[in-house]
Amino acid sequence: MTALTVEQLSVQLGGRRVIDQLDLQVESGEFLVLLGASGCGKSTLLHTVAGLQAPHSGRVLIDGVDRTWSDPGERNVGMVFQSYALYPTLSVEGNLGFGLRARGVARREVRERVLRVAQLLQLDALLERKPAQLSGGQRQRVAIGRALVREAGLLLLDEPLSNLDAGLRATLRRELKLLHQRLGATMIHVTHDQVEALTLATRLAVMQEGRIRQLGTPEEVYRRPANRFVAGFIGSPAMNFIEGSIARVGASLQFCATGLRIDLPAQLFNAAPPLDGESLVLGLRPEHIRFATAPGVSSAQIAHSGQDAHIGAGKVSLIEPLGSHEVLWLELECGTVAALNHQGQRYNRGELVKLAVDAAAVSLFDATSGERC
Amino acid sequence: MNTRRIDRGLRRAHLALVPMALVALVCYLGATLWSLRISLSSSRSFPVSDFVGLAQYRRLFSNERWLHSLGNLATYGLLFVAACLVIGWLLAILIEREVRIGGALRLVFLYPYAMSFVATGLVWQWMLNPGLGIQEAVRRWGFSEFRFDWLVDQDHALYTIVIATVWQASGLVMTILLAGMRGIDADIWRAARIDAVPAWRLHLWVIAPMLAAPFATATLLLLTGVAKLYDAVVAMTQGGPGTASEVPTKFIMDHLFGRANIALASAGAAVLVLSALIVMMPLFYARARSNRRNA
Amino acid sequence: MSAQQLMRPSAPRRWYADPARLALLALLVSAALCFLLPLYVMSLTSFKSMEEIRNTSLFALPPQLSFAAWQAAWSSACTGVACEGISAGFWNSVLIVIPSTLIAVGLGALNGYALAFWRLRGAGSLFAVLMIGAFLPIQVMMLPLVRLLAPLHLVGTLTGIIIVHVIFSMPVMTLIFRNYYAALPRELFLAARLDGAGFLYAFLRLMLPMSLPMLAVAAIMQATGVWNDYLLGLVFAGREHLPMTVQLNNLVNTTTGTREYNVDMAATLLTALVPLLIYALAGRWFVRGIAAGSLKA
Repeated sequence: MTALTVEQLSVQLGGRRVIDQLDLQVESGEFLVLLGASGCGKSTLLHTVAGLQAPHSGRVLIDGVDRTWSDPGERNVGMVFQSYALYPTLSVEGNLGFGLRARGVARREVRERVLRVAQLLQLDALLERKPAQLSGGQRQRVAIGRALVREAGLLLLDEPLSNLDAGLRATLRRELKLLHQRLGATMIHVTHDQVEALTLATRLAVMQEGRIRQLGTPEEVYRRPANRFVAGFIGSPAMNFIEGSIARVGASLQFCATGLRIDLPAQLFNAAPPLDGESLVLGLRPEHIRFATAPGVSSAQIAHSGQDAHIGAGKVSLIEPLGSHEVLWLELECGTVAALNHQGQRYNRGELVKLAVDAAAVSLFDATSGERC
Repeated sequence: MNTRRIDRGLRRAHLALVPMALVALVCYLGATLWSLRISLSSSRSFPVSDFVGLAQYRRLFSNERWLHSLGNLATYGLLFVAACLVIGWLLAILIEREVRIGGALRLVFLYPYAMSFVATGLVWQWMLNPGLGIQEAVRRWGFSEFRFDWLVDQDHALYTIVIATVWQASGLVMTILLAGMRGIDADIWRAARIDAVPAWRLHLWVIAPMLAAPFATATLLLLTGVAKLYDAVVAMTQGGPGTASEVPTKFIMDHLFGRANIALASAGAAVLVLSALIVMMPLFYARARSNRRNA
Repeated sequence: MSAQQLMRPSAPRRWYADPARLALLALLVSAALCFLLPLYVMSLTSFKSMEEIRNTSLFALPPQLSFAAWQAAWSSACTGVACEGISAGFWNSVLIVIPSTLIAVGLGALNGYALAFWRLRGAGSLFAVLMIGAFLPIQVMMLPLVRLLAPLHLVGTLTGIIIVHVIFSMPVMTLIFRNYYAALPRELFLAARLDGAGFLYAFLRLMLPMSLPMLAVAAIMQATGVWNDYLLGLVFAGREHLPMTVQLNNLVNTTTGTREYNVDMAATLLTALVPLLIYALAGRWFVRGIAAGSLKA
């Protein structure tokens, strides 16, 4: 069943078009994450769905009913705000029941429903406390509980983890995922944190300038980014981009850049393969660059292991140790690339390292449009 | 253009602001415009709707008492604002430096501000009474030639009002500046200590400029008080001796209710409003600018 | 963190061992004494008899405490034609202050809430008019208001003077609540809207309880302000309801015959007592009121 449909939605703020003819469908039970830099319109989209922001044109359907112009209180959506926005003067119980009481639900029923949700979220021992007496995790649960009490079909989460320190953020992220698995509720989560997006989402929408640039599972978005923007936005360190052109060598295609040739497997391309001589940009994730001098792997081995291709030697210009692995910044003839070193092999600054890539894992983008080929 | 409303509550919000709209448009804007209109008529006891141009303003500016009132207000305003700012600032510095004792004394400097202008005027009228007040007390101590009879002295009566109102309002300046000082980054004080800057130099050249916004706020509030000065004069000197301490508000009130010349009074009011706006506008502007910078 | 602690963190010398600090302290204390002097003189005078006033110094303690002046000021001194003291004025002021404070604070909170959270077209300009109006001398609006209220038979009535007080306190009351609510996280309001709370429900159940401290500050400001008013009471209250300040001024400045300074000072003290008591009991809130009222517009 479709929990939310957004059709041709445009929103203007102060004369600027923040969301531009956006279409989106969210199925019941999904955990959709809207990912984007600040100002990309992701929070505005959320607020428009909630009814806190009026659209310029387009429609918003919740559970199949047109809610474009409904009062926020009528939409049966719950929202968890960045600051949680717990009512400071009310107890946990008062916070959970506020929405029901505002709608005139009978006192006994309010009490029952609050208790049910409190048990579900393990808040039953805290009902008398004020928000100021709660820990960060407890506050988040109250904020979620406030939405659940109203049996909201759709849960909107507006960067609920971004105000927390790193440790707590990781804990609450896990808790949120467990909660979604347990409840099976439809959730839309807005964030600018890609780790959060990749770990939580069942489906991920990457937004830029009021548009969705790619919508898919986290794996799809990571492995087969639809365009250069998405490719560069997700992944840390970011994907390496190398400008070059296509050369046809017999039946196969080759990517050529200064001092670099890579044979491209045919299954790499979405539709029609590019023409001979066309300029393209090669996207290469740091983890797909291998070191030929790694212990136990001879350069000869790499050269013959199927789709791996030599890309020549790079000079180590910078090493960023990260504990479990390190990031090597390498100077190639065609530019600087980042590569991950998991093998524990030590490299020194200035050292020349032979490199190879997994040709099946590369992405190719049109040089002008930036779209995936 | 969207005519549909997303917020139904918006209608109630508009409804709730009706009293404010009435007050702003009728009681403030409307009343001021009405006064302006009356000042262009020949109304005496009752408003009439003829039009005599600026005749009332010409009469006003050939009226000795009005001119004298305006001069008095300028002198008073200058002295009052300057004295309040200097005293309030010094008190704030002293209290900031001597926190333990200053904190306790802070409330002593502000209590006069809780008192009415009438009570303030009457206390000082009594203290400055030449026959039985401070002058007499000092003479009893043996300084038989001591003179402090400003209250009944044509040339000095205005200053007694300055004294009384400065006593009343310096605590306000002190409070505003103290709040401002509290907002200054503690590292500034630390840096000054490391640089071994003497305290007075720090206050004069570093802290005071950083307090520009609170100073502007305090000045604005004091100037409002200057333009509204009335109660204290009525209680203390009734404008006397003679017309020595007359002020424009009193001129306006007398002509409104005593002498039944509402057109002339309205002209006076218009002049007063205009002068008030001219003096305060730069401060409004400066404060708005510094607020925007800090935002 | 105080400047003083920062200036001298290490083993401060005792205050009496540091001549510079001693001088500063002396300055501070003598300034405080100067500020207290009028209160001291006022009290002394009120406890003296006229005989003692003429024969002792202004600053001398009364040879014996006499409450006669206080009694006279309260119940028998002449305030114009009537000679019933200023007790009537006291009760008039009480009757004026209580409703003026409740209505003005309530309206201020409602205005502030509507301005801070509800984006209403034109509300900003209305507020600007109000703020400019707050800086203008009341005399400009005096006559039009009299002309406006007279046909409604409100001039010279309790209702009339209360309305006028509400009108003239609206700018500052609205300002402090608008600033207070604007400083609250907007998400709180949005959460309430999502919870289905309407305009009044969100105000009464959520915002009002959250602004309890500001309500107290505003009430203190407004109560002292109205109590200390002279001009509005003089013009709008009418003979029947003259507030204490007007009665006090009449008592002191329009008496015929010999002036009784002890009665004058007792009456002045009586009039100042209410705001001074408020100040003594809630000085901290009073200070907060000043800070709130002087905030940026």
